[in-house]
Amino acid sequence: MAVVFERPKALCDVPLHYCPGCTHGIVHRLVAEVIDEMGIEGETVGVCPVGCSVFAYDYFNCDMIEAPHGRAPAVATGVKRSNPDKFVFTYQGDGDLAAIGTAETVHVGARGENIVVIFINNTIYGMTGGQMAPTTLIGQVTQTTPFGRDSQLAGNPIRVCEMMATLSGTALAQRVAVDTVPHIRETKKAIRKAFENQKEKRGLSIVEVLSTCPTNWGLSPIDAIKRLQDEMIPYYPLGVYKDITAEGGNK
Amino acid sequence: MERNLMKGNEALAEAAIRAGCKCFFGYPITPQTELAAYMAKRMNKAGGVFLQAESEIAAVNMVLGAASTGVRAMTSSSSPGISLKSEGISYLAGSDVPAVIINVERGGPGLGGIQPSQQDYWQATKGLGHGDFHLIVYAPASVQEMVDMVVTAFNKADEYRVPAMILADGLLGQMMEPVAFPEISAEQPDKSSWAANGHKNSREHHIVNSLYIDPKTLEDKIIERYERYAKIKENEADAELYLTDDADIVVCAFGATSRVVKSAINDARAMGIKVGMCRPKTVWPFPEKQIREACANASKVLCVEMSMGQMIDDVKLALNCEKPVEFFGRTGGVIPTPAEVLDKIKSMGGNK
Amino acid sequence: MTNEILIAGFGGQGVLFAGKILAYCGLMDNKELSWLPSYGPEMRGGTCNCSVCISDEPVGSPLVLTPDILIAMNQPSFDKFVGTVKAGGTVFVDSTLVDCACDRTDIKIFGIPSSQLADENELKGGSNIILLGKIIKETGIFTLDTMKKAIEKVVPPSKAALIANNFRAIELGMNS
Repeated sequence: MAVVFERPKALCDVPLHYCPGCTHGIVHRLVAEVIDEMGIEGETVGVCPVGCSVFAYDYFNCDMIEAPHGRAPAVATGVKRSNPDKFVFTYQGDGDLAAIGTAETVHVGARGENIVVIFINNTIYGMTGGQMAPTTLIGQVTQTTPFGRDSQLAGNPIRVCEMMATLSGTALAQRVAVDTVPHIRETKKAIRKAFENQKEKRGLSIVEVLSTCPTNWGLSPIDAIKRLQDEMIPYYPLGVYKDITAEGGNK
Repeated sequence: MERNLMKGNEALAEAAIRAGCKCFFGYPITPQTELAAYMAKRMNKAGGVFLQAESEIAAVNMVLGAASTGVRAMTSSSSPGISLKSEGISYLAGSDVPAVIINVERGGPGLGGIQPSQQDYWQATKGLGHGDFHLIVYAPASVQEMVDMVVTAFNKADEYRVPAMILADGLLGQMMEPVAFPEISAEQPDKSSWAANGHKNSREHHIVNSLYIDPKTLEDKIIERYERYAKIKENEADAELYLTDDADIVVCAFGATSRVVKSAINDARAMGIKVGMCRPKTVWPFPEKQIREACANASKVLCVEMSMGQMIDDVKLALNCEKPVEFFGRTGGVIPTPAEVLDKIKSMGGNK
Repeated sequence: MTNEILIAGFGGQGVLFAGKILAYCGLMDNKELSWLPSYGPEMRGGTCNCSVCISDEPVGSPLVLTPDILIAMNQPSFDKFVGTVKAGGTVFVDSTLVDCACDRTDIKIFGIPSSQLADENELKGGSNIILLGKIIKETGIFTLDTMKKAIEKVVPPSKAALIANNFRAIELGMNS
């Protein structure tokens, strides 16, 4: 019988702990598929964040390092600088990357650190139970914005790709989503491009993936996808914000 | 061996490079900046990596990344910067990743001052970050010892898979003394059983991690680590004894302060006062046995520190409070003078 | 035998450099020694000093509080430190810039117009080295040969042309 679908080799054969409807699983799979297709699992070191995807070290089959909250880009810098021939990626959520780790994130862009950053934006802190993230939308109810995020009190959501695109060391800043099959395909292409950039030593590639958190949003998986489309994409437009390989490809 | 004249900060850097340190990640802070500057000049030529990080926090996490792949890595700072690094140091300890951290201490708390101090003793020996853990902490008292201890620190960190610290101070960091670099074996322990540097499809994947959600698993991890700490306590505690055989008063002091104390002891001896010194060379593990031996015939003990009194706790514990332990210290960056220490020794009487 | 030396002046007068030469002299003569600068925001233009200990024994405290030899290159330094010099000690002063009148009779004070000598001999910034020349002549702490070797060691190769000037400055000091 022909095999039409199987687990990528770069993913371990273990059950994931993610909630039903959570899109982490999709993104894990896409990263693993790219690693498989490029044949680089043995040469790859991944760096996990603190947050829901902290256990990603148990899911990816390449060597993995668990970083302190927000510090994954610094840890990845240490790995890459001492092992320039290895592929290094971080996998980070919005609290990790855009709040406590903002400095680390900005500076890997400024330095043009030759790594890949996979950034999961689901507008909320998942693991700690649904608090306001730096990407939480105005009006969004969370445990720490019980009356909805008020910009007067809690500031405004950060658009990370737009910010990272301003840094001269950034090779790729692209925002994608995993709400539909075409978007998932687009996401995989972006991740592939990010790893190819690393292979060609082009600098920092960040792929921001708009994702869902049905549990902490209090929505069914289907409604969560709908929220992503109706509320997140208008504030966080999909697209390529910087791509040094594309002629006039910058948005 | 050829003697060179070097600043303590520069000697630390050169010794680290010779000890096979391949990565240095730093951030400017007085009074340790010469160390980073020296690394910037030398490291790339020596085939290693120098990088000025965006913060102390990033620097120590870069060390975590590099050291997790099995290479020798180091960061350095001074007191306020070490506080920032404490998070990363706890992760290094919790992930069993060896690395070397240098603290060229200055006055605190807060921004404090920039003059030499020993106010970070408690931090270094008891609480450098959250959780049950220790670092091996070396306390050099000369530029030569800074060199020797950096080499030892790298070796012992690797041997026991723990982070190690050099607890120096602004005086040692800034001063120049003659120094000779010993032949250092290029041989380093094999880290292939745990290093996360790409499995090359030839082994299971390695995970460098400090997270253990199951309490029993975490407890077991910590207990295993404490078994290593017990070996470190047994094998690595070290102290210098100076004129303690017949001493009625034994002064305990470490680092730069011990030099001031030595001057005072020489003056006191010239006056016929039987006084000696026990100088811990490792402050964790604390040389309890050596202190007990040094104080065996003494009736009184004096602890001299550049702080309000921190090591004195360990001295009292080592002696089970069986002898009176007095204290003399200056703090905030004020260096005690030999005359002040001599006055204190004289005030304690002491059999001639 | 230990010689404790304190050099003090304004930042930019070559206080630390003069101390470095003395330290290297100690190294050349196989002595124990230490060199300790004041450090911090006073690096540029403020007062600056440097402790040098030269000894046959390992050096204890490297901080010189009661010098055997004081080199004072500005008035505040002279006023501040002249009282700390050990009885029998020696003081060397740039008398172009410093009024070295003093009540103490238990120390020897040498006033050398080193800034003026440096200007007259086109040795810009050489006042510190001229004072060093005077020190080795009056105290015999090091030989001229040792000091020349030390200078060759301290002056970076990129500035090797300055070695001859430094030699000239020492001899000026010795003959002053």
